[in-house]
Amino acid sequence: MTDRDQAPPASGIELRRSEDIVLARQTGRDWACRLGFRMVDQIRLATAISEIARNAVRYGGGGQCEITTTTTPLFCEISIVITDHGPGIPDVEQAMTPGFSTGNSLGMGLSGARRLVDRMTLVSRPGLTTVTLVMRRSVHP
Amino acid sequence: MRIPILRLGNVLLTSIQADIPDDLVQDLQSSLLGQLERTGAIGVVLDITSLDVIDSYMARVLSETAAMARLMGSEVVITGMNPMVAVTLIEMGRSLEQITTALTLEQGVEKLKARLNETGSSSAGDGAHDRS
Ligand SMILES: Nc1ncnc2c1ncn2[C@@H]1O[C@H](COP(=O)(O)OP(=O)(O)OP(=O)(O)O)[C@@H](O)[C@H]1O
Ligand SMILES: [Mg+2]
Repeated sequence: MTDRDQAPPASGIELRRSEDIVLARQTGRDWACRLGFRMVDQIRLATAISEIARNAVRYGGGGQCEITTTTTPLFCEISIVITDHGPGIPDVEQAMTPGFSTGNSLGMGLSGARRLVDRMTLVSRPGLTTVTLVMRRSVHP
Repeated sequence: MRIPILRLGNVLLTSIQADIPDDLVQDLQSSLLGQLERTGAIGVVLDITSLDVIDSYMARVLSETAAMARLMGSEVVITGMNPMVAVTLIEMGRSLEQITTALTLEQGVEKLKARLNETGSSSAGDGAHDRS
């Protein structure tokens, strides 16, 4: 029995300006809190969302953030999908390498975010970049 | 919205009270450096007790601010960092270079004063003079 709900204000946050990055990370954090994730996991998730959302705004010219939660008797899962319609990432592996940046920054965003969640996938082509962050915790009755 | 910066003798005090957007972080950096310059304060204590997310952007601005303050002969002390925020930063492969930390605001101020005694910094005194 799976109850998959699209969190109302969470589904479809438009990412245009830096305020939207704040909204995305705080909404992700709220949902992680509601699912009963530990504080440190809430912080990890919010931080990872912040990195990916900022990349969408900065390199993708803006994007969308969708948050979905899944609750089963055994586990709770939160999944964040951030998309943008910018130029895309020509070499995903290179982009994930710590220290690689075309933005004159530290190049720690993607590699850092990946370490903070259970699963991160990045699919990119010109016109569509999709980053998915997943965190799952077992339910302790 | 603007983040207030208080002056207590020759020390500046400020705090980040909520999760703030990038442009406000940038504003805080410029006004802190500006005030350090204008007041000749020996340093600034920045309390981040209520800050629950430090991502790579925030970490970079904080480190940069500390590095610039140091070039001006003063110091940034960060207080009240949530231990879980610190853990997250380390897990990401980041550290807060250049940054001095203390547990509480009081300890932060003590740290600045202790450093002043050590170095006998030229900006000692009432802090009211202008260094420009
Ligand atoms: N949504 C995106 N669209 C296009 N390019 C991207 C996108 N996200 C990341 N990139 C590319 O991947 C590189 C690495 O991204 P990453 O977030 O790791 O580092 P950064 O943004 O350059 O620096 P930091 O995040 O540390 O400030 C970027 O410099 C950019 O070239
Ligand atoms: Mg980035």
